[in-house]
Amino acid sequence: MRTTLFRKADIFLIGAVASAAVLLLVLYVRQMSCLRTPELEILVDSRIYGTYSLSEDQEIRIGETCVCTIENGRVMMKTADCPDQVCVHTKAIDKNGGSIVCLPNKVILHIIEASDGGEVDTVAG
Amino acid sequence: MGRWIRLPDKKIRKLAFLGLFAAAAILIGYVEAMIPVSLAVPGIKLGLCNIVVLLLIEFYSWREALAVSVVRILAIGFLFGNLFSIAYALSGSLFSIAVMTLLKKTGKFGILGISSVGGAAHNTGQVVMACLILKGFPWQLYLPVLLLTGLATGLVTGMTAYLTGSRLRGKVSPERQTDS
Repeated sequence: MRTTLFRKADIFLIGAVASAAVLLLVLYVRQMSCLRTPELEILVDSRIYGTYSLSEDQEIRIGETCVCTIENGRVMMKTADCPDQVCVHTKAIDKNGGSIVCLPNKVILHIIEASDGGEVDTVAG
Repeated sequence: MGRWIRLPDKKIRKLAFLGLFAAAAILIGYVEAMIPVSLAVPGIKLGLCNIVVLLLIEFYSWREALAVSVVRILAIGFLFGNLFSIAYALSGSLFSIAVMTLLKKTGKFGILGISSVGGAAHNTGQVVMACLILKGFPWQLYLPVLLLTGLATGLVTGMTAYLTGSRLRGKVSPERQTDS
């Protein structure tokens, strides 16, 4: 019984594996780029109030006390009912990091690197 | 061409040939151990020993292929490697042998196809084991590269096995199990 070296079906076989490789590559690249999207995280009294994407212009009301805005990827405290208004006067923060704090209201606005799922061990899910 | 020694008992003949295959596999493994591929996943191997595995699957069955592979892995592992490389090699070979045997059973593929996918499977098995033992690093990210590399080395392995096999046919023990 002679063994055949090559058959047409082989092309499909090899092609399938090669495509799988490319597919995985694309998947990984997408997940990697997701890992580096910075977002705004708002903490109230050390508890996470919410996380917001910097790419969307929006106005966020934090409880009864403060209002912050995201505009063109920059975060600013628009209004706050605290007496010193330090937070309102703090320079805007953007994707490069930084934080705006309103101590009297215990509000912290800071930039975090978004992490898609967190543990890299779950990337291949 | 030398004369082939005719041993009276078929089993002894087969055993002798398997010993030769094992020796060949160890030799290949020795050469392979000198090629530094550990730049990527540490302890990973090229998978050249699939030449012997292919020949064994062709002339015997997956059982002989597995047996000789285990012998080779332990020998090379203790001589040149460490426990990790043994683990990787075992999982890689196991998966590779399984895939190649299944593909061969369908009867639809040629040696090049089987061996290239076998090479890719070999690397996949190694990566999977790396993910399991060396936690804390996403080894699976190497998979795309290793799949393609595996296909490439598999092609080389397959071609070599084909050329070798066509010369060995009829000389190796006639005890062939085509359907294991």
